[in-house]
This record gives sequence, C-alpha cells and structure tokens, in this order.
Amino acid sequence: MTDVKDPVYKTDALIAEDIDKYLETHQHKTMLRFITCGSVDDGKSTLIGRLLYDSKMIFEDQLAALEADSKRVGTQGQEIDFALLVDGLAAEREQGITIDVAYRFFTTEKRKFIVADTPGHEQYTRNMVTGASTADLAVILVDARKGVLVQTRRHSYLAHLVGIKNIVLAVNKMDLVDYDRSTFLDIVADYREFAEQIGITDFTAIPISGFKGDNVTDRSDKTAWYEGPTLMEHLENVEVSADDDLAKPFRMAVQWVNRPNLDFRGFSGLISGGSVKPGDAVRIVPSGKTSTVKSIVTFDGELDEAQAGQSVTITLEDEVDCSRGSVIAAADSPPQTADQFEATVVWMNDEAMLPGRSYWLKLATQTVSASLQAPKYAVDVNTMDHLAAKTLDLNAIGVTELVTDKPLTFMPYREEAGSLNKTLGGFILIDKITNQTVAAGMLNFALRRSQNVHWQALDITRESRAGLKNQEPKVLWFTGLSGSGKSTIANLVEKRLHRMNRHSFLLDGDNVRHGLNKDLGFTDADRIENIRRVGEVARLMTDAGLIVVTAFISPFRAEREMVRNMCAEGEFVEVFIDTPLSVAEDRDVKGLYKKAREGSLKNFTGIDSPYEAPENPELRIDTTTMTAEEAADKIVEYVLGW
Amino acid sequence: MPNPKQDNQMTRALTHLERLEAESIHIIREVVAETEKPVMLYSVGKDSAVMLHLAKKAFYPSPPPFPLLHVDTTWKFKAMYDLRDKAAQDAGMELLVYQNPEAQERGINPFDHGPLHTDMWKTEGLKQALDLYGFDAAFGGARRDEEKSRAKERVFSFRTASHGWDPKNQRPELWNVYNAKKAKGESIRVFPISNWTELDIWQYIQLNKIEIVPLYFAAKRPTFEWEGQLFMADDIERLEKVLGHKPELTDRSIRFRTLGCFPLTGAVESEAATLSEVIQETLLTTTSERQGRVIDKDAGGAGMEKKKQEGYF
Repeated sequence: MTDVKDPVYKTDALIAEDIDKYLETHQHKTMLRFITCGSVDDGKSTLIGRLLYDSKMIFEDQLAALEADSKRVGTQGQEIDFALLVDGLAAEREQGITIDVAYRFFTTEKRKFIVADTPGHEQYTRNMVTGASTADLAVILVDARKGVLVQTRRHSYLAHLVGIKNIVLAVNKMDLVDYDRSTFLDIVADYREFAEQIGITDFTAIPISGFKGDNVTDRSDKTAWYEGPTLMEHLENVEVSADDDLAKPFRMAVQWVNRPNLDFRGFSGLISGGSVKPGDAVRIVPSGKTSTVKSIVTFDGELDEAQAGQSVTITLEDEVDCSRGSVIAAADSPPQTADQFEATVVWMNDEAMLPGRSYWLKLATQTVSASLQAPKYAVDVNTMDHLAAKTLDLNAIGVTELVTDKPLTFMPYREEAGSLNKTLGGFILIDKITNQTVAAGMLNFALRRSQNVHWQALDITRESRAGLKNQEPKVLWFTGLSGSGKSTIANLVEKRLHRMNRHSFLLDGDNVRHGLNKDLGFTDADRIENIRRVGEVARLMTDAGLIVVTAFISPFRAEREMVRNMCAEGEFVEVFIDTPLSVAEDRDVKGLYKKAREGSLKNFTGIDSPYEAPENPELRIDTTTMTAEEAADKIVEYVLGW
Repeated sequence: MPNPKQDNQMTRALTHLERLEAESIHIIREVVAETEKPVMLYSVGKDSAVMLHLAKKAFYPSPPPFPLLHVDTTWKFKAMYDLRDKAAQDAGMELLVYQNPEAQERGINPFDHGPLHTDMWKTEGLKQALDLYGFDAAFGGARRDEEKSRAKERVFSFRTASHGWDPKNQRPELWNVYNAKKAKGESIRVFPISNWTELDIWQYIQLNKIEIVPLYFAAKRPTFEWEGQLFMADDIERLEKVLGHKPELTDRSIRFRTLGCFPLTGAVESEAATLSEVIQETLLTTTSERQGRVIDKDAGGAGMEKKKQEGYF
C-alpha cells in the first residue's frame, strides 16, 4: 500500500507561489457532484477515504486519529482503514457499515467535488436516493470477486431513474483477483447486458483497488492491459451538462413575496430554467395573468439579466395575483397545470403506501393534498419485470396514478429529448400525521382526463343556496368507536334542527354501506375510500346549503383531515363521541364486539384494528358523564352559534 | 455575487460560489416561508458572518424577517462582543443574547469545569433559549466538512421536543425540496451552508468584503501557554481569578482559525495579516480547522455526535 506519510496528490504549487492567482483560478473551477454506490462491503467508504487522502484532504490530526481508530475498531489489521474517515456515526463504526449519506468535499487542480457516500444496505435505499437526487455522476462499485449483485442493479436502476447520465462502473478489489483482465472483462460484459435493459446506453468501466490505490489517482503498473483513464482522471474530465437548464424557457417558482413597504412588491425564488431580463413578458401560473418584468433586485444591485441557478427577487410592471406556489414563466412557454398524473414513486417509509389515503405532496414551492391509487405495477429491480402490486412497501419502486386536491403547476420529470425538469417534476410525499417524508416521486405525465374535464361554472352559487335556507352549511362529523352512541346522538341532533326549521341530512355509516358504498369492505384501503366518498357527498350537500350530520367510526386521523380539507374554512366540525372501549363493549348494541372477540369478525375497530382519537376536535362529548339528550343540546348550541 | 453588472455576457456558467450562494438563499427562504418562528444563531465566527450575509441577500430590500440569537457563555473574546452588536445593527435585525442563569449562578468556567462548561453554557443555554422564545426553527452555520458526524447531517435536521437528534432516523432529503412539517414541540435546526468548505467561506468573505473579527488576522498579542496550547490573554483580571495565579505573558504574532470561548480556543503562531495570507496559510497547513478546539475531543471519537444527540448545535 502507498506510504501514508507521502500523499500522492501534490498541493497546487500556485498556493505557495501566488495565492491571489490561485484563488482566481480556483473560483472558476467547475464542480462535480457524484455518488458512490454498490453493495455492502464493495469498498465505497474505503474508496472515498482513498480519494480524500490522495487529494491531500486529510490533515495530520485527522490522520493521527484515523490511525488510532484503525487499530482500535478498524477492519484492516494494523493498516489504515480508510472507511473510518467517512463512517462517522457511532452505530456505523459498531457495525462496520454505512447507515446514512455522508457528504465529503475535495478539490484537485482541475475541479471541485462533492461526493455523497451512500449506503449499500437495502434497508437504507432511501438514503441512496437522497444522495442520487443531486448528483451528476454515479460511481457504481462492484467487488471483482463477486461481480454484479442485486444491489448493483438496484442502485444502477435508481441512479438512472433519477436521471444521472454519467455512470462509472468501478470494478474494485482487483488486488484480490490478481489484477486478472478476464475477470474484469466478464464483469463489464455482465453489467453491459443488464444496463442496456434499463436504458443505460453508456458507462465507463475502470479496474481499481480502493484499498491499495490502483488506478484511483495513480495509474497502476499491475493492470498494464488497461488503457483507459484512472478514476480521478475520469472524474476530472467527464463532461457535466449542468447547464441543460439554461437552454429551457424561463421559470421561477415563487418562494416568498417581499414587501418591505407599500411601494415595493417583489417575488423571490430560485430560477430553475432559462434566463430573464427586465422587459421580458412573463405569465403567472396557475392564474394565467401576464405581465412584464420591471427589475431584478439583488443585494448587490439590480441585474441586467439573471439565469437558471440564481436566487433573485423579481418585480413586475402590473399588480397581478402572484404568491408562494405560483410559477413565473416565459409568457410564450408556461408550464402546464393538472390535477391527475401518472408518476413513478420510490416508497421510503416502514409504513407501506395506503392507496386512497391523502398525503401532502410538495413540489417546488407548492404543497397540496394528494392521494395515490393502487400501483399499476411495481418494478422488480433484478429482472426489470413489472409486478402486480396492491401497495408499495419500504424501498419499493412503482408506477401509480395520483390525484391532487388543487391543480399543480408542473413539467414532466423526464422530457422526451432526455432533459430533466427536476424542480417542476420531482416531488416528495409527506405523511399528514407523522410528518415523515414517505416517498419520492417523479411526474411522468398528466392524465388526459384531468385536462379535459373542466369545472362547470354554475350561476346559482352555494352562498345563494344557503342564503335561501337562511342557514350556514356545516358538516358535523361524528367519530367514535362502534357503540359509542354516534347514531343515537346524531338522530337527536337532526330532530332538534328539524324542529327549528333547519335543513339537514344525516349520513349514517350502515345506511351508506347498503348503497353508495356496498362494493367496499373493511380493509384499511376500503375504509379510506368509504370515508372519501362520504366526504365528497357531504361536501356536495353543503354546496346545496344543508347542515350535514355524519355518523361513521372513521378511525384514522388522516382521513378525517382529508374531509376537513375538502370543506370550506370553518365548515367542518369534528365531534368526538368519546366513549371508552370497555363501556362501548359492555353496551354492544349490535353484538359486534362479541363476534370480534370470538374472532369471527376481522378488522374490528378497537379490537384488532386501531382507532386514532381526535387530538383537537371542535367538540368532545363524554358519554360517561352526559346523556344523549344533553349531548344533542350542546351540539346544536355549537352549530347555531348560541 | 460581487459585481454582477460588470459581466456583460448574455449568460455564462455560474461559478461554484455563485451556485452555493443561490442554494443557501433558497434554503433560508424556504424556512421563512414554511415555519412559524425562525431564529438565526449567531456566534460571531466566520461561518455565522457568511450565514448572516446570505440572510441579508435572501430578503433584500427587507431586513431578514427573524432575530439573531447569541447563546453567550460570557467567555467570548472582547472583539467578538464588539462585532456582534455592530453586525446585528448593520443588518437591521433584533439581537437576542441568552446566558444560562444556572451556569451564571454556579460560576461555570472552562478552567474548573471542563466539558461541563460547554454543556451548561452552550447546550443547555441553547435549549433554554429556544424553549423560552418558542422558536421552531434555528439556523446554524455548521458545515459538513467540519466534522464526521456533521457530514452525515441533513440540511433540515429535526429535533424532538427535548431537542434530541436521532441520526439513524433522518428524513430523506431529495433535490432541493425540504420537508418542514413537524409536530408541536419539535423544532428544526437548519444548516444553510452545509455544502460549503472552509476555503469557500474564506473566499466568499474576500469577494463580498464581509467584516469578520480581527482575531482571524495575525497581530502581536499577549499570550500564555496552558496545558500544551497557546492562548491569548483577553481578560487578564478574570483569567488571574480562575487560574489562581498570574500567567506569564509573552507577546507573539498569533491568530485564530476558529473562535469560541477564549480559554478553549487555541491560537496559532502566524504572520498572516491579510485575507489572502490567511487563505494561503489555511491551504498549506497540515492540521485541520478544529484542531484547536478542545471540546471535539470529549467522549472519544464520537464527541460531536453525542453532543448533538443531547441537543448541542
């Protein structure tokens, strides 16, 4: 192994000779962001440690610590374990694996680099995707003794999926196969066959040893048969088309409206495509209004022009409706809007995707509610087969249709010409209860029906209907365990409203399941769809001006929240009929608890299916301290605002 | 970026620093748009100087719409306190200074109390300040190239209601889409300059003419040696009190690579009196930036990680 006291890569001589000239050159170096990936123990961390070491990015005190750590917890005997440079978490050192992405930085005379060392373990695939989403190049490591493995395929597929165009196949640990040429060629041939299947048309294969340093920064004399570049040469010279974005029409998602005083209204954002000048005609999407750019304001003065990659503040000639979530775009080439899409989704959470459940979808600066349908198919990353799937589990990749509650301004992630729209095509999904980022997605295209079904404008508005009835429409959403008293109280509430000449309607769980929802069972997905349909019906009834009372167990917070979001502000009243399980079970009005306890009734809420109690209901009715009559009075008082 | 008007080309490839700047501004604005009560931690070092400058750029012509918070240990260099007050005023921002009253009362100091000093003044002080004001997001000027557990941290780093960090359970962070949703009581530490290196910071300071504490530049200063490191005598009366004796002072040409509490921050002998010279020295040195920081060496190899799990920045 190379003597650790004498780094191979020399410091730039200019630093000592003429620092200002060095800085000038340094400032204009290009930058490459890349990831290393591959299976566990393929030597990713070791390779990065080697790159850092060889490019003199390791200081003496760090090296001393590394030497000590290598002896204490290293896996290379008395030799330096470069992996310890990047596996910085205590748990990683304990287990000798990489858990999370580590970002490392190094510079050579030609280029600057940010490398994301991504985990090989399948359970941490989401972290690999995290690293890949911002990378220009992927170094896929393969252990020369093992060849192409499942994770090699998975990572190649993911890298290709997020749009990384430069792939390097680094056949590592060549020292352990005696630098054998045919071993290398066999692996390359194997990989090529697989790569073509998934659409990777080109890659660069390099035989290396991260541990010994062969062909990493220095050409190895042990692979005389290899004529290509060293890994470092390739990284320094590979062309990065980072300025793809410049060729696109102008686009900027508005992050924040800047209003320091009454005379200034600027729109701040990061330009994701094209360039812009004062005087340019722009269109605000989704409002469709047009205006002209008045100025491009920055701390360093107004700009004559700004381009993709810059964060700026733009002022417009006209007072147009534009706020966070809007996109300011070239007037003649605006992005589209739609509310139904086909998307490719990488599921990243332990809790599987629930078709029908609504998640937050964040795309650029827009956040909307979105629900996914059961996948059209999941992808088997070994065979590239399309598998039938009802859901997506952790690390699964699938294609699905999704519906958003408001139109999204978007571009397809991957355009036909192969160029990418990461900003307006890539999104994350967020669980509404846990706030976890549960999936990453890429919009493939908008479904035609979402653009062809137009909202029919009606002359009689919901306000006029409600006005005629002389009441405020409401949805009184009763939730609680089976037997908690929902239907009884709901019935009393309706009778009181009726007596007072209020127009109401009661949607009851059992009754709806005899008609509208008779096709639905009691699985989680069916329960979600049940609530979604009831929510839509309730919303239509408020359009008609009615006070709607509903009595459904509705066990999941996420779905009650979904209905709340369907309704107008203040219209949804969550009424928690709070009865302890033991009390409800004692009452057992319909004899269902008995059946559930006997095991003849599956998925029964409170027994073998969860009930998520409301956290902040508008009303909480404690049926252990209040009669049904008292409860009904209290609810009616609330509705009528007494 | 500096002098954009001089560049009359139609469009050109952005420099590395221009890209970093745009990325950081994007992050700072996302936090303001998506959280309720953000604050920027300001420690008066070179990294927070750059972060503050980026905040000024992000919201110009408005001042940054959040206050600055200095979690003060009372043991900073005098020159740091001077610049702190001036920088906040220049930016048109409110400056909050928080000192942990318990540490104050117990007279916690770096000489007698070792790691407890950092724990009480900084970790506990920070948690108390965030709770007191109810901030739900705090910007910090940490960089991934500083320390190995930092290299693993997301730009948006979530902390529990008790300020704990769980490195095994970080949210995936894709493209430049940040998830700022959190439950009541949870807070976010946000690192807008995660992807900057020490050299980027220096070069940006030079190009943007950002004012930094003069202690970063070499000058003749009174120094003494203590436990194998070189220190500057900043508040000699107070020093004598805690050391129990008058340290023997020698004038040396020194400067600092990082600035923290003066008894915990070792000086280096240097002649680098200008930014160019400082950068040159930084690039030619054979020891890392944090080498003079005593606190990183606590708790074996995972000192910083452990501190962060307990709520340290």
